[in-house]
Amino acid sequence: MSFARIPKPDELIKIGYTPPKTAWQDTPVDFRPGTWSYAGAAKNLTALDLPNPRAWQPSDIDWKLPDNWQAVILEGMKERLEKYRSFRLFMDICVRCGACADKCHFYIGTGDPKNMPVLRAELIRSVYRRYFTAAGRVFGRLAGARDLTVDVLKEWFYYFYQCTECRRCAVFCPYGIDQAEITMVGRELLNLVGCNINWVVEPAANCFRTGNHLGIQPGGIKDMIEFLADDIEDRTGVRVEVPLNRKGAEILFVTPSADYFADPGTYTFMGYLMLFHELGLDYTMSTYASEGGNFGLFTSHEMIKRLNAKIYAEARRLGVKWIIGGECGHMWRVIHQYMDTMNGPADFLEMPVSPITGTRFENARSTKMVHVVEFTADLIRNGKLKLDPSRNDHLRVTFHDSCNPARAMGFFEEPRYVIKETCRHFYEMREDTIREKTFCCGAGAGLGNDENIEMRMRGGMPRAMAVKEVREKHDVNRLACICAIDRATLTTLMEYWVPDVAVMGVHELVGNALVMTGENERLTDLRGTPIRENGDS
Amino acid sequence: MPIFASLLFIVIAILFPLFAASAGWHGLLGIVIPCAAWAVFVFGFVWRVVVWARSPVPFRIPVTSGQQRSLSWIKADAAENPSGRWGVALRMFLEVALFRSLFRNTRTDLYKGRPVYGRTKNLWLFGWLFHASFLVILVRHLRLFSEPVVPMADTLAAVDGMFEIGVPTLYLSDLCLLAAAAFLLLRRIVIPRVRYISLAQDYIPLLLVLCIAGSGLLMRHFDKIDLVAVKELASGWICFVPTLPEGLTAVFFVHLFCVSALLVWFPLGKLMHMGGVFLSPTRNLANDSRRRRHVNPWNAPVKVHTYEEYEEEFRNQMKAVGLPVDKE
Ligand code: HEM
Ligand code: SF4
Ligand code: SF4
Repeated sequence: MSFARIPKPDELIKIGYTPPKTAWQDTPVDFRPGTWSYAGAAKNLTALDLPNPRAWQPSDIDWKLPDNWQAVILEGMKERLEKYRSFRLFMDICVRCGACADKCHFYIGTGDPKNMPVLRAELIRSVYRRYFTAAGRVFGRLAGARDLTVDVLKEWFYYFYQCTECRRCAVFCPYGIDQAEITMVGRELLNLVGCNINWVVEPAANCFRTGNHLGIQPGGIKDMIEFLADDIEDRTGVRVEVPLNRKGAEILFVTPSADYFADPGTYTFMGYLMLFHELGLDYTMSTYASEGGNFGLFTSHEMIKRLNAKIYAEARRLGVKWIIGGECGHMWRVIHQYMDTMNGPADFLEMPVSPITGTRFENARSTKMVHVVEFTADLIRNGKLKLDPSRNDHLRVTFHDSCNPARAMGFFEEPRYVIKETCRHFYEMREDTIREKTFCCGAGAGLGNDENIEMRMRGGMPRAMAVKEVREKHDVNRLACICAIDRATLTTLMEYWVPDVAVMGVHELVGNALVMTGENERLTDLRGTPIRENGDS
Repeated sequence: MPIFASLLFIVIAILFPLFAASAGWHGLLGIVIPCAAWAVFVFGFVWRVVVWARSPVPFRIPVTSGQQRSLSWIKADAAENPSGRWGVALRMFLEVALFRSLFRNTRTDLYKGRPVYGRTKNLWLFGWLFHASFLVILVRHLRLFSEPVVPMADTLAAVDGMFEIGVPTLYLSDLCLLAAAAFLLLRRIVIPRVRYISLAQDYIPLLLVLCIAGSGLLMRHFDKIDLVAVKELASGWICFVPTLPEGLTAVFFVHLFCVSALLVWFPLGKLMHMGGVFLSPTRNLANDSRRRRHVNPWNAPVKVHTYEEYEEEFRNQMKAVGLPVDKE
């Protein structure tokens, strides 16, 4: 990743919070390089039957919108007002108290008032007032209403692709107004006239066809997994087998494809494989449902459902009893809050019961899908794993709560328990930056692309600064997380703001600490870094 | 700009009743406008809530601010991450009665090149005082509408005036309402980013409340009003036999006109948060979507890419690397 074209950290941090002189309605959007993402390529829109595929870029004057684009958007708004109580209510009840304003990492990182969640919502709320409320129709701007023009549409594009749907604002709002929900609807509307970003539609198109967002075909998946199994053998002397598309297994395991494709996710993936091998788990992975992540979440509710459908379909075809899901943030938002509703009921599966401990996962009784960290925490609690935490003594770890498991599940203690059982140097970041108040990596929801690099570094700044603090105080050198997007984006973020801190998944710690039957003495961790004896010197 | 438009609105809301009172239009001020405003309020409020309540909740999307209920040995946070009906009731109670989420408020500043998050309870404190005193004053007003006076109104009035400052005693709630409304207004004007997001409709209700409270205090302590006359007027509305007693003052008409304006304003805009907060899907749903299936009433089939289509495309490759296939 090159930071050549963006300001140095000590320049970037000089952020002003004084709003501009002109009212926000009169301040046009500026598509400054480094702060937006490239448009979705026509071939990807076509692959997904999305409207208005064409060659264009957001910096163009002419966006090549269909002639009736206004009618399409307004019709789409009407439809969504009728389909989502959340959207309708959130359009109506905001009192503009500003409690959410300085809670958004993009506002903290840019000082741009339109990144205050309340103003991000007003971008669309003003249009709602103009076309759907009596006061707005009659009093216009005085009532906070404005016409839907091309400039307004461009503003939507810029700011709805500058929101990572992280829900931090919603924690602080007295009515729970969730900008993520508004952004999701805003992006759906933009999609109706063909305004999407390629970092979202290309992964979505790939998932649709090949099952995973990188577009890896079945042969490639098998190769990569074999390659990682070789690495495991190299580090531990134990050969693990990874069943693919095997019918009749008890458990289907689905994880984000980045876990088996790119560092540092691969080390997390090695951790899963070693664990499953050691347990003798009767499981399989699938090349058809080879992606846990769901780029539909960043496109539209319909696209979530289209992509998510594969998991249950494959579970049914393979005849498994239940499903385990890997470490991933937005994947778990979808599995926890949408999957069963959209593609269930999963009545062809059975109540998830750990074959090792006998624990019944009552909390996943209906969806039949268990988080791998829940699964592992239960194993450790029941003393089923032999762990040697001293093998992680060269690591001084802090934990980043990923937005979705934090604010859409409440997944706080499970990962902390596993971390504390597998390593001996764990330090929490400042209270205002973890758990339900966690700060986003700044690049979720499809924004983790190279062209958007300045905005990513700005949005990730609050998270990075909290890491910097524990780095200075406790000499922390590892940032653990349970999200595949984080593993990619936080790595870049750390390079820029806090060099010397590397990023890892929680199951990498497990893999390091797990004592396997028949293993050689471990001289290195899964990354090949030597393990010093007797902890830190 | 919005602030000037709002001030203009308020000046009219004060001058119009003064003018109309001196022109002798007491019937309009005392009967027609208040009754019409009440009708708009009731009808509008119900209509808005019905529209919300009838719109579906397709997905279970609570925002979780505490530990989920998962493994039996991990302590779940029932109030911040409810897993059932009682938890939701507790969460909603804390939100509505104590403004729980607003209590979390922090204030972000850049300090020595890094963001710091300070505690700030101002908005919570004055916001809460504002609403609590508003409620107390509303209940106290019941004594004007009931004969014999409902005991609750009297008891509350006794507590509210317990410090017995002045004659007649000054009510604490009046002071609180004035102070809190003034704080909320000043905050809107003084804090640059809050001013930046404020619309005319954000200033107007606060200004109306200040006018209502101010004229109320005037009638109680300075330009004293004949309470018997007011009760007669009120019972006229309630019994549908409009009467216009003697002794109603210009200040009273200003008070009543501003209340009417607020009543009409209420269902038109953001004051509906009073009803809306109870319906907010990020707050009033239990976080149990893996335990119990949530049904979407408009769930419709979508176009998917089936396994058969997938195998069709990749069969040769799958066979070549030894992956099982359904069709040879
Ligand atoms: C039930 C939970 C409620 C919560 C959490 C809540 C919260 C708030 C907040 C945060 C404000 C903004 C203050 C500002 O202007 O900065 C506000 C304003 C206001 N609320 Fe509420 N409120 C609630 C219920 C009510 C109820 C029951 C009423 C009934 C009269 C009400 C009437 C008002 C009025 C008149 C304003 C002030 C005018 C304004 O700022 O526009 N609220 N409320
Ligand atoms: S905290 Fe909620 S009510 Fe207040 S401005 Fe933000 S979205 Fe609106
Ligand atoms: S959801 Fe997150 S990124 Fe979006 S406005 Fe809220 S705080 Fe900002």
